[in-house]
Amino acid sequence: MSRRSGLGPGKSQGEILFRAGIYTLLIVAAIYYLIPLIIMIFTSVKTMNDIRTGTLISFPREFTLDAWKAAWGSACIGVTCNGIKGYFWNSVIMVVPAVLFSTLIGAANGYVFSKWKFWGSEVLFSMLLLGCFIPFQIILLPMAQVLGVIGLAQSMQGLILVHIIYGIAFTTLFFRNFYVTIPQELVHAAKIDGAGFFRIFWKIILPVSVPIFVVSIIWQTTQIWNDFLFGVVFSSGESQPVTVALNNLVNTSTGVKKYNVDMAAAMIAAFPTMIVYIVAGKYFLRGLTAGSVKG
Amino acid sequence: MVRRFSIQLFAVFIASFMMVSLVKAGEVEVLHWWTSGGEAKSVAVLKGLLEKEGHVWKDMAVAGGAGANAMTVLKTRAVSGNPPTAAQVKGPQIQDWADEGLLTNLDPVAKQEKWDDMVPKVVADIMKYEGHYVAVPVNVHRINWMWCNPEVFKKAGAQIPKTWEEFEASAKKIKEAGFIPVAFGGQAWQEATVFESIVVGQGGAEFYKKAFVDVDPKALNSSTMIKALDTFKMVKSYTDKDAPGRDWNLATGMVIKGDAAMQFMGDWAKGEFLAAGKKPGEDFVAMPVPESAGTFLFNIDSFIMFEVKDKESQKAQSAMARLILGETFQEVFNVNKGSIPVRSGIPTANFDSVALQSMDDFKEAAAKGTLHPSMAHEMAVSPAVRGAFFDVITNFYNSNMTAEKAAAEFVNAAAAAM
Amino acid sequence: MRLENLLPKIVLAPTFVSTIITIYGFILWTAWISFTKSRMLPRYELEGLVQYVKLFANERWWVASKNLVIFGSLFIGICILIGLLLAIFLDQKIRIEGTLRTVFLYPMALSFIVTGTVWKWILNPSLGLEKLVNDMGFTSFTFDWLVNSEMSIYTIVIAGVWQSSGFVMALFLAGLRGVDDSIIKAAMVDGASLPRIYWKIIIPSLRPVFFSAIMILAHIAIKSFDLVVALTGGGPGYSSDLPATFMYSFAFTRGRLGMGAASSMMMFGAVLAIIVPYLYSELRSKKNE
Repeated sequence: MSRRSGLGPGKSQGEILFRAGIYTLLIVAAIYYLIPLIIMIFTSVKTMNDIRTGTLISFPREFTLDAWKAAWGSACIGVTCNGIKGYFWNSVIMVVPAVLFSTLIGAANGYVFSKWKFWGSEVLFSMLLLGCFIPFQIILLPMAQVLGVIGLAQSMQGLILVHIIYGIAFTTLFFRNFYVTIPQELVHAAKIDGAGFFRIFWKIILPVSVPIFVVSIIWQTTQIWNDFLFGVVFSSGESQPVTVALNNLVNTSTGVKKYNVDMAAAMIAAFPTMIVYIVAGKYFLRGLTAGSVKG
Repeated sequence: MVRRFSIQLFAVFIASFMMVSLVKAGEVEVLHWWTSGGEAKSVAVLKGLLEKEGHVWKDMAVAGGAGANAMTVLKTRAVSGNPPTAAQVKGPQIQDWADEGLLTNLDPVAKQEKWDDMVPKVVADIMKYEGHYVAVPVNVHRINWMWCNPEVFKKAGAQIPKTWEEFEASAKKIKEAGFIPVAFGGQAWQEATVFESIVVGQGGAEFYKKAFVDVDPKALNSSTMIKALDTFKMVKSYTDKDAPGRDWNLATGMVIKGDAAMQFMGDWAKGEFLAAGKKPGEDFVAMPVPESAGTFLFNIDSFIMFEVKDKESQKAQSAMARLILGETFQEVFNVNKGSIPVRSGIPTANFDSVALQSMDDFKEAAAKGTLHPSMAHEMAVSPAVRGAFFDVITNFYNSNMTAEKAAAEFVNAAAAAM
Repeated sequence: MRLENLLPKIVLAPTFVSTIITIYGFILWTAWISFTKSRMLPRYELEGLVQYVKLFANERWWVASKNLVIFGSLFIGICILIGLLLAIFLDQKIRIEGTLRTVFLYPMALSFIVTGTVWKWILNPSLGLEKLVNDMGFTSFTFDWLVNSEMSIYTIVIAGVWQSSGFVMALFLAGLRGVDDSIIKAAMVDGASLPRIYWKIIIPSLRPVFFSAIMILAHIAIKSFDLVVALTGGGPGYSSDLPATFMYSFAFTRGRLGMGAASSMMMFGAVLAIIVPYLYSELRSKKNE
């Protein structure tokens, strides 16, 4: 898993040109990816007057953090004007159990699908994968009916349950593809030694699973944190996640639009996932490298 | 260790499932899409009034797509058997919800507060299902306004137009002077807003009603409609090429900045001018869309009330209905939002000149029978038919389709959506 | 021993039950609704194929379907191409790899509700790119895809690629790190050139990564909703509508639930037609390896 070394010829002129070319291309690409973020940052530190009278894509004429303060603590969302800070906690309460349970279930499923195959297990796995492709908009009504029947309509528990259910397909895919790369002989040997289903999982499988747990947790956290559709439909007023609050903030029907506050709020809402990507990015890659992408 | 931890977590999870939220006395849960800025502040006034009477307001705000997201939420909640106490629903959809048998009868409040005497009959009819009030109106927006920057007109040596002929002459001059004659936002609802204003002006209030309220095929596919469609395309030739997808407020900004001369938009556009520190009558002028003076296309926001069992909640619900049409809320809310009160007897001191004119026109149009619901803003026809009309209008506007074909398409599309 | 044999099935049981109900049960529910005249709320009296007849007669539906083919193939193709190229470049011992990787990945973390607005500004001819290049003196430059009915769907591709290609890059980079160095060294000893080694040896060995990438991208493409809503709103006209936005607007906004259900059945049918053979061949070929 070390970096490739010694590819290409020695340090010739061609090599230098080649590397310069690669750096140029990478930096051009980086600019393409960064432009929207730069515009968001610029807009968020402008005054509304600057935005209204100037061009939208330009350097700020005067710098102010008022929009950030407003987005965090005083912008009106619905009838309360406390910014988006309160909704943060809602998202955390939703994300933690949803990610945890969908990941644990995915790990257990992946373990069975890779190491304890039985008649029909492959078919079940394919059926589960197809579930990834169902457009979520269409399950809203039947899901609402089911939640109504089991008494979880408009509750945080119901919302968490929905996230777990529709997260399992992907977590199972990740874990199954990872566990496939663990040699079957290890499991066989353990079985001969008399180890059972759970013992093998705890002693052999789990200890090597850290990278894929990281992948699954990052993926699920990003997906669930950024989800809008389930959040808006299955939550109740006071437990709306931050994406719904963000949408409520930026989508005014006939009101005056404050782009600087919108942009600041969007960046605040994305902050936790951004941090996850920056801090855990390395482990993310390591986890992917360790086998999840090996089919 | 890990196992114990996960067992504990599981226990917490299960326990949290068991928790039952207790219903507080006198609570109203309100689903609405006024979530931001001045609108949100206006709703907060209603919340304050309710709380003063000892009731609890549970906010359920869902923005996006002019209520589209809120409607999705409302439908899923109805399906799960858990509708809110009150929901912001407008126009013919009130009838659909009443049809489901989910709404409560508001006649007791209406009688006590004499709604029938305060609210014009055209409006009251929309709020009633089989003769009973099931919804409360909040405000009246006028759709067929034209917002002008007099400075630009002066620079171009053009007149603010009262007819479409004058419009063409003025627009030509403005274009030659290097300005954009019409600030336009190419989104389906904005296109429909402009188009229906043309129809009501050129075809007259009677024709508008036949075409866009009664969905009469003879009116939809008529020479009057074809003429309106041609006018619509003529207006397009005086917009800039970057209009598609532009938000309405950015188009308003073009008029404020003096890049463009005029915009056709409902009276919420006023808020943008005022927020930019402009004065009505001086820095900007509001006129009816050419040829539509004397007619009034309205957009009315309203709340439907769902059947609730809890006695205290019923009290809170009728208090909310009463307060919405009460003097305090009507005044504060409408001053903030740029609309006009839906009932008579509200002091006018705090309203600006545009609102005052709107009030006069509203009364006059109601008396003359030229007061009609807006098709573009979900007041006139079912969402299905409105959507079908939108498809035709936007497709006609953005392609080379002939006016004759579009007029015929109106009939087909409406039939398929029925 | 008997219990031990049952354990795997017991572990899978919750997933099995929830899959049957929340995926296949709900698909059946949708199928049922698509044969009814449901409007605002679900109705269960069967009415035959009315909704499908209306759907096929609806011009907007065909525009949306055609757009999904264009968007889907370009989106998946370009994401894979850019992702693979960036990964190969990043794998050449680049000094600032960690920073660049984060830069390529961050768009996934942002909600498109607001980034859509920014893209709208960038792609708008009088505000963004076109104006910028014109101001630099190249006055003949035009870039008006956003406001052009013929081209608007391609702007969705641009923003979609921006959002998702970084993740594909990460997948490929991980795959490249997993390639056995000794094979490459051996090929170099044989005098093979670097591009040749990549083309003939490394890229073919990444086949499982292509599989994962295509699965993830296809699922994003079919579900693309926010992208369209935030960027073009389906316009100009309805030229950039996609089946997901079509379905949502008919099922919920327009109160034509039956037709919305019919359109989602068509979507699901299309997914089956494409994904099942691919899934089958991939799972098959793995067994044979």
